[in-house]
Amino acid sequence: MPSLGADMESGTLLEWHVKPGDVVHRGDIVARVDTEKAEIEVEIFHDGVVEELLVTPGTKVPVGTPLARLRAAEGAVVAPAARPEAPAPPPRAVTAPPPAPPPPAAAAAPLALRRLRVSPVARRIAEERGIDLAGITGTGPDGAITRADVERAAAAPVTAAAPAAPAAPAALVAPVTAPAAPAPPAPTLAPAAARAAERARAMRRTIGAAMARSKREIPHYYLSMRLDLSHALRWLEAENARRPAPQRILPAALLLRATALALREVPELNGFFRDDAFQPSEAVHLGVAVALRPAGLVAPALHDADRLSLDALMAALRDLVQRARSGVLRSSELGEATITVTSLGDTGADLVYGVIHPPQVAMVGFGRVHEEPWAENGGVGARPVVTASLAADHRASDGHRGGLFLAALARLLLHPEAL
Amino acid sequence: MTTREQIREAALRVLGEIAPEADLGALDPAAPLRETLDLDSMDFLNFVVGLLEEIGIDVPESEYGQLSSLGACIEYLAARSASGPGA
Repeated sequence: MPSLGADMESGTLLEWHVKPGDVVHRGDIVARVDTEKAEIEVEIFHDGVVEELLVTPGTKVPVGTPLARLRAAEGAVVAPAARPEAPAPPPRAVTAPPPAPPPPAAAAAPLALRRLRVSPVARRIAEERGIDLAGITGTGPDGAITRADVERAAAAPVTAAAPAAPAAPAALVAPVTAPAAPAPPAPTLAPAAARAAERARAMRRTIGAAMARSKREIPHYYLSMRLDLSHALRWLEAENARRPAPQRILPAALLLRATALALREVPELNGFFRDDAFQPSEAVHLGVAVALRPAGLVAPALHDADRLSLDALMAALRDLVQRARSGVLRSSELGEATITVTSLGDTGADLVYGVIHPPQVAMVGFGRVHEEPWAENGGVGARPVVTASLAADHRASDGHRGGLFLAALARLLLHPEAL
Repeated sequence: MTTREQIREAALRVLGEIAPEADLGALDPAAPLRETLDLDSMDFLNFVVGLLEEIGIDVPESEYGQLSSLGACIEYLAARSASGPGA
């Protein structure tokens, strides 16, 4: 059972999308799981063959319980792949539990089997806050996990990330727990309303914890710039007039596309601050802040936004927003974002001062699009304007570079046809 | 040709999917749709797409203003429906 949220202690397996004998590839959706907050499509993080399903649908199991046994693809080096760049590693380690008995070969021993060295105080804090020790890189002696490491992990992404309970120990005893795991009977479902209220509280707690962490640890600086959208909106209007409703593009997609391209020019804003160093990310995974009904916020990742055409980006955005609002996100979308973008929409405020989602190093905000006087070439006219803002981490960049990013945004939006 | 009642039902069905928490039975037909149901631009696009799917009328972006309230939607869509199939 992957850990999909800081406060997640258990999850209910709703259904399997695979059966024993199926060949699976990294990124395939293998199961659907219900957590306290949302339904999540669980992706697998290894190539291999499903050997055995260990948990039956309807069963609620603690985080860390192996869900299935996977035989690793031949020659696959599983371990390094299990803990890559993303900030939410636990799903990987845990969803693809040790290819336990079949190939006991050395190469196959995945990360989940590694014994964790944890200081007692770190373990206690992790338990109190529901943090998955398996997802933490220790910086103490011999890689031991210290209190500081746990506290850093507690700050992990708002949307889900900072992993839950003692996943690692559970994974460690995989062979032992496996037969016992399916035991707990299906939970009795609380009335929908009570569940929704609990989810809302849980979400508020998670957001609060991550944002407090952010404000404590990240030396934010803020910049803003008004952007002339007249070219972009005129182009979009003409484009949309030719398109049937399902193919129309929203200004938000244009802003996301421009953001992704501008980030290529200023890579110091895209990546993670971890282990006292900025780690830039090659890929641009935009965390898109999506307001939920009736309240709440998630920022699932729009993967490789810089490599999507505007049409593809719009389609991906529609799909993502729809799934976020209906509560069905994929595990990889929670926690892999390399930067977050928040757009207040056309009824919101003019300017947003973002709070960075650790371990990310920047947040880009767009206020409401509205008409404003705009001076240019000695004259003043009314133009649609949006104020773009940047909150960025001074440990990774400075105001000069941040300013270049906003200038790149402004320039890109003057040529919408090239986006 | 789609009747006003059919249009009303279709519009409410689409809105029900977009804003499942809203009490649509109590929706004032004159109330501003976007503010009342807190529809953002993505919701509104989905509303327009839903109308196209349900009653086969594609509302161009330049006429979104005609969909300002439930009552206005019904009037506009009924007129569109009467003026020709699909159009």
